[in-house]
Amino acid sequence: MSTPANTVETFANQEYKWGFVSDIAADAIPAGLNEDVIRLISHKKNEPEFMLDWRLKAYRHWLTMKEPEWANVHYPAIDYQKIVYYAAPKTNVDRPKSLDEVDPELLRTYEKLGIPLQERELLAGVAVDAVFDSVSVATTFKGKLAEVGIIFCSFSEAVQDHPDLIKKYLGTVVPSSDNFFAALNSAVFSDGSFCYVPRGVRCPMELSTYFRINAMNTGQFERTLIIADEGAYVSYLEGCTAPMRDTNQLHAAVVELIALDNAQIKYSTVQNWYPGDKQGRGGIYNFVTKRGACRGVNSKISWTQVETGSAITWKYPSCLLIGDNSVGEFYSVALTNRYQQADTGTKMIHIGKNTTSTIVSKGISAGHGQNTYRGAVKILKSASHARNYSQCDSMLLGDKCGAHTFPYLEVKNTSSQVEHEASTSKIGEDQIFYCRQRGISTEDAVSMIVHGFCKEVFRELPMEFAVEAQKLLGVSLEGSVG
Amino acid sequence: MSLLEIKNLHATVAGREILKGIDLTVNAGEVHAIMGPNGSGKSTLAQVLSGRDVYQVTAGEVVYDGKDLLSLSPEDRAREGIFMAFQYPVEIPGVSNLYFLKAALNTVRKHQGQPDLDAMDFLALVKEKMALMEMDQALLSRPVNTGFSGGEKKRNEIFQMAVLEPKLAILDETDSGLDIDALKIVANGVNSLRGPQRAMIVVTHYQRLLNYIVPDFVHVLAEGRIVKSGGKELALELEETGYVGIEEAVERA
Repeated sequence: MSTPANTVETFANQEYKWGFVSDIAADAIPAGLNEDVIRLISHKKNEPEFMLDWRLKAYRHWLTMKEPEWANVHYPAIDYQKIVYYAAPKTNVDRPKSLDEVDPELLRTYEKLGIPLQERELLAGVAVDAVFDSVSVATTFKGKLAEVGIIFCSFSEAVQDHPDLIKKYLGTVVPSSDNFFAALNSAVFSDGSFCYVPRGVRCPMELSTYFRINAMNTGQFERTLIIADEGAYVSYLEGCTAPMRDTNQLHAAVVELIALDNAQIKYSTVQNWYPGDKQGRGGIYNFVTKRGACRGVNSKISWTQVETGSAITWKYPSCLLIGDNSVGEFYSVALTNRYQQADTGTKMIHIGKNTTSTIVSKGISAGHGQNTYRGAVKILKSASHARNYSQCDSMLLGDKCGAHTFPYLEVKNTSSQVEHEASTSKIGEDQIFYCRQRGISTEDAVSMIVHGFCKEVFRELPMEFAVEAQKLLGVSLEGSVG
Repeated sequence: MSLLEIKNLHATVAGREILKGIDLTVNAGEVHAIMGPNGSGKSTLAQVLSGRDVYQVTAGEVVYDGKDLLSLSPEDRAREGIFMAFQYPVEIPGVSNLYFLKAALNTVRKHQGQPDLDAMDFLALVKEKMALMEMDQALLSRPVNTGFSGGEKKRNEIFQMAVLEPKLAILDETDSGLDIDALKIVANGVNSLRGPQRAMIVVTHYQRLLNYIVPDFVHVLAEGRIVKSGGKELALELEETGYVGIEEAVERA
């Protein structure tokens, strides 16, 4: 994630460096992918040799891979040669000229969520001159973090200023050959966030709250790397409750987390990419690889996600529990409405002794939505006395949607304990009527019942985020009943 | 003007006629008991009045507090002061009793132009009403009706009624599934809510409840019609003759 100052600067630099003075010139970067495009990306970003080599290696591997077909999602084939891989600032040509040209329903949602007018334009992708009011806020924020030794900057900046850290940790959790989308991301990633919390430091604030607008400029292949050194703690928030629009349909991000001895990382996401119109057209494909490695003893990584957006979500935030006594957690709410499809879940790989993991997944399907939980718990022979608790609950609204659960369990020793609970429920007419008879409208009743269903997950979100997420869920469910 | 005036009410469910012309007038301050054998339409009447849409009103009219009741949504009826104590209160997992009731009360207050009750005032009100129903305060933080015993559910209904202070309360078989001690507590709660501004329709199969909630009027429903009306003594009469006796008498008449 870039700071506003940096984003503006990068904008300017890139255009001048290449002499692009008009939008048309910026468009001239050809679509398609080959080694030259990757060299060009690396060159534009002024990357050191090792980065280019890393990208090329990933690309060469990607060429040998096939797009995965096992997920329970359906979409027309993606033509990877039609994508423009250089994430230059978007041209104004394809953008709506004003809010009048934006899907009115999107605007209504902004209004309901209370998004300030200026932000609405940015979120809807309207071609406006970016005026970053938050520049000063962000600068103070960065200063405060620097005081305690925390590095928090855009990925590109980190490559320039902290190449040793990048070299040491990049791709160590999600190898560039990990899967089709991760390999693609590794080859062409545009930008993202980098965070390093030094030994013994507890990050004094939730990271990234101030950056919600600017995060949009990181493009469709985002790369995030967070390292909590021994005894460090960081809570990181990603995303935005406002529905975000993007002309790029495919988003393939990679997030890597590394927790050393006694370190803790809490990573919270509210994902609300444009889900498409009522018929499901034009929504984002969100194919993300997120993984955390609990490398140290007593380390802990906690994923909390609220997924309400995107036409298709393909995402399994996972934990590698390597250090003894390390802890992995996954709390998820995934909502699919209209024609949305989500195939999401987690993997907990127990390697160290006494490692524990908790999975709480709440899937809500409405409209024609298809919601799949896919989770794997693997307890290796070395992970003696490991414990896992999984709870997967699905809720259905209406009779055109679907909920599917695929839990995979693999236990290689006898001292470990695995518990799995699952339930499927329907919001009943009688529940809604009961609420209405007490004066509560149908919409409020649905929202109340759904919140009740998701409570265990919302509890894990940072306070302000939890309030926004509840509101968002209410808005996302509008019109799904009655 | 009467609080509730039902004229020639006909209602069907899945094409089958259940109510076949009900006439009933209820004034503020009165308690009316509706009795009748299983399948006579007692619960249907309660559900139709509260706006359950599985029932279709095919004829007749209902005027409540000067308004055309049948044109109002269930939530608007509730906001206008109609409360139904459910025969089978519904469980809502994850939603605390306290939160639910506060949402309900504040919606009703808003509709009546009153400001929201803040958390402190609300808690004070709730505690007072819980004491009335001899309810354990721990039930407040538990999810609505979830894991409640049958008796706790019924008490919870009357407790909600005490908090919401309706103008017209409809009690649908509130006595079913209650032992005698629970019945007394529920009846006490109901009696404490009787007043000149409030009317109640008590639907019950058994006379037993009416020993504790003494009605002003008793109506006997059979096959979708009110076949006999009278004072509280009618309930006792029924206890002796049973519904069969009443039905036979009606047929002979």
